[in-house]
Amino acid sequence: MGENDVWQGTLALMVMKTLESMGTLHGYGIARRIEQISGDRLIVQYGTLYAALLRLQQEGYITSEWGVSDNNRRARFYKLTRAGRKQVEKESQRWENAAAILARFVSPSGETI
Amino acid sequence: MRKLRAWLLRFWGLSTRNSHDKEFAEEVETHLHMQIEDNLRSGLDPAQARREALLKSGGMEITMQTYRDHTTLPFFETLYQDLRYTLRQLRKNPGFAMTAILVLSLGIGATVAIFSFADAALVKPLPYRQPSRLVVIFGATPLGQRFHLSFPDYYDFKELNQVFTSFDVYDPNGFMLDTPEGAQLAPGARVSAGFFRTLGVTPVFGRDFSPDEDTSSAPRTVMLSYAAWQNRYGLRPDILGQTVTLDGHPNTIIGVLPRDFHFAPAAPADFWTAEHDQSDCRGCHWLFGIARLKDGVSIDTAWANIAAIARQLEQQYPDSNRGQSEAVIALPDVIVGDIRPILLLLLGGAALLLLIACVNVSSLLLVRTQSRKREIAVRGALGATRKRLLRQFVTESFVLSASAAVLGLVLADGAMHLLTSLIPADTLAGMPYLQGLGLNSHVLLFTLAVSLLSALIFSLTPIFSMSREEMRSGLSEGSRGSSSVVWRRLGANLVVIELATAVVLLVGAGLLGKSFYRLLQVDPGLQPSNLATLPLSAPHASYSKDPQIIALQRQILDRISALPGVSSDALTNKLPVGDGDFTTSFVITGQPKPAQPNEVAYRIVSTDYFKTLQSRLQAGRYFTASDDSTHPHVALINHALASHYFSSLHPVGMTINYDGAPADSAMQVVGVIDDIREGPLDTDARAAFYVPFEQHPLPFFSLVARTSVDPQSLLPVLSSAVRQIDPGIAAFGAATMEQRIHDSPPAYLHRASAWLVGSFAALALLLSVVGLYGVIAYSVSQRTREIGVRMALGAQRGTVYQLIMKQAAWLITVGILAGLAGSIATASLLRTLLFATQSWDAFTLATVSLVLGTSALAASYLPARRAASVNPLDALRAE
Repeated sequence: MGENDVWQGTLALMVMKTLESMGTLHGYGIARRIEQISGDRLIVQYGTLYAALLRLQQEGYITSEWGVSDNNRRARFYKLTRAGRKQVEKESQRWENAAAILARFVSPSGETI
Repeated sequence: MRKLRAWLLRFWGLSTRNSHDKEFAEEVETHLHMQIEDNLRSGLDPAQARREALLKSGGMEITMQTYRDHTTLPFFETLYQDLRYTLRQLRKNPGFAMTAILVLSLGIGATVAIFSFADAALVKPLPYRQPSRLVVIFGATPLGQRFHLSFPDYYDFKELNQVFTSFDVYDPNGFMLDTPEGAQLAPGARVSAGFFRTLGVTPVFGRDFSPDEDTSSAPRTVMLSYAAWQNRYGLRPDILGQTVTLDGHPNTIIGVLPRDFHFAPAAPADFWTAEHDQSDCRGCHWLFGIARLKDGVSIDTAWANIAAIARQLEQQYPDSNRGQSEAVIALPDVIVGDIRPILLLLLGGAALLLLIACVNVSSLLLVRTQSRKREIAVRGALGATRKRLLRQFVTESFVLSASAAVLGLVLADGAMHLLTSLIPADTLAGMPYLQGLGLNSHVLLFTLAVSLLSALIFSLTPIFSMSREEMRSGLSEGSRGSSSVVWRRLGANLVVIELATAVVLLVGAGLLGKSFYRLLQVDPGLQPSNLATLPLSAPHASYSKDPQIIALQRQILDRISALPGVSSDALTNKLPVGDGDFTTSFVITGQPKPAQPNEVAYRIVSTDYFKTLQSRLQAGRYFTASDDSTHPHVALINHALASHYFSSLHPVGMTINYDGAPADSAMQVVGVIDDIREGPLDTDARAAFYVPFEQHPLPFFSLVARTSVDPQSLLPVLSSAVRQIDPGIAAFGAATMEQRIHDSPPAYLHRASAWLVGSFAALALLLSVVGLYGVIAYSVSQRTREIGVRMALGAQRGTVYQLIMKQAAWLITVGILAGLAGSIATASLLRTLLFATQSWDAFTLATVSLVLGTSALAASYLPARRAASVNPLDALRAE
């Protein structure tokens, strides 16, 4: 896995987290936002992004509708559903836990290892 | 839940794919433009802005593909494409598709039909608790093992044995049932009180017999079969407590047996009563025993125990029990023991046919694969992976198998009906386990398994025939793998075997058919058309004295002859073309008593019997109305008796008597008639003598009536006319004489076996012809180039025909010769089934060879014509 690739499982969380903080957003906006937050260390390719968006829609966590962007283009706007909000909470929790545990192994702070 | 929802949406996506694609293209387009605009804003020039944006996208085509894979299910998407492609292929080549599906469905149909019989008879458990622990106890004598027990013997076995948890008896004889329309014969059985508990059967409605309900003083009760409840009482719930009069005794209905209950040794049985007749006659045998083995006791142990008790009884009661032993046989063997080997043999034959059908279809597929090499190579060159190409083959195989399975089920259903219709109604009623016959879940599962197996075989065929290299290099048509040579040899050998099998079966069918024809040509000594027959039985209570019976006889004959459409009528104690039973031994007065008794058939007939049957008189006279109880005893003898026992004497005028009877019962022989077939048609005519009814009256007899109209239409009229005389007379089994002959055991046996072997033979013929076609066509497809070269070098079309047909003729000749040798070798198996037909009947052998040879040559003509129409330029250009 290259450094710039986004992990499949985590991209979904990033997308949902983005939608949680930004409300309604189109695909390009989501991609830009993720890249910015990562400090341009991640590049979100179309195929990966839209596959993730599609799956989240199929699972009912986000919905989409066509609208007009700031610069007057027809675009599809995504937003979280109620189930999606719950899922963000659950997934964030899980991710934090996993990260905390992994952190203890990767940078041991003393006596445990 | 969420996963399922996603999956369903993707499944839905299969049908809405196009609109999705368009929308997505627009979405991605917007995305790209936003990126470009951003890039422009950050100072790049337009070309660079666009380039950067595209680079970042990761490729538009891949994006589209990834998206598409996620909208729908790629597996189904491919499947859908493959199916469409397969159907297009099959439509393009309907000859191949129809032949393959037909051949396979015939194989599947035959196998499934036979399997359904085997399933109903052998696989489906009998409707008892632990049926394998049940045994039937028969009385055995040196003559055989399936005779009856006497009541006292049964009682002793029940008390003394150490091997059974319970021991009961049944007596499978029907009852005379009183109905508003008069007495009727009703099927049923008498059983000891514990019978159903021994079987482990409990009534669905009402109660079982209580343990002491079979004593002679117990009130009479009856249980109904479910069918009787349904057909005779319309499933009425108030049935319990009602009265049924059986054999003149009122019986109270106490219960109804389960719907799936059946007991073949007593089938069909509507009424089940407790056995009240606890006779102490040790020599009177009329019961069969049924018992449940104790845990851990084997049948052999049980048999040994019963045999020991029998020896003990033999010593104790030498008068009645001398030579009397018993046989203990498992109940399932008693029920399906006779039919099991036949069914297994048929199943084996059907499986063989199915295998041959599969191989033939494989060979057809192979021919097609050869002609599709180029197409496959093109697809490969365009980027189809090997896996993808193989998947196409697999899809095609499944489509073929599935179509064949559906058609096969239809055929199997028809075959089941045909097979059951070959069994006469009476015999069928004795096989109640066939009730569940039909396309049930077992049979459907079996069909599924068989068609999956065939699909697997078909999938493997092209995969093996087409190696990796061939798939790539097929464009050049230069390669010829070693697998094809192997196949050609294997295929040729297989076709020879198929042809030989077809010959053997066709010869068998031909011989059996000829036997059946010969059997129907046998002169029964009577004119069977326009003859109605009706067995009757007068109740003993009202007709115990001779004058009463004689008066009844006159009344019946007068009433019947007065009916419109009846030209003459008569009575006999036993109808012709039966089992030939009812015999007596006789002596010729004035001749020394023979060492062996002269056992001959004995018939008591009314005056007009011979006139009604239209038999032929050889000498002397027929009976007249004056041959009654007031005149001297007379007798008529048949030709067989005259020639066998009176070889050198003139019989008319001599006297005969029953063996050991007083002199005053002697009868004068007044005439000799041509043999009437009293016994089965396939054995020699029995010696028989006939005596006048009024000199020897009997209360049970059969009516025969010569009609001037269709005898079938008169049968109900005859029954009701007899009932009007006395509703107590039971009339049963009315039939025309032609039906009697048609349904007689030898006729039915010959007809059934001719049909069965004939169907198998027809299948074998079809399969071998298709197989031959497959092999020749394959060989032609392999030799196209060679033929092209030959033609380019000047070979005429006739020579090409000759080349191919010579190869076919060689296979056909070898196959037919092997088949003829095989049928002569197996003729001894058939000999017992044949009647008046030699097993090497030249006509049959010649006809079969001709039929098979012609159809096989016709099948090879098709590929030969294709070979001859090869354009040498095309064939060579393919190089």
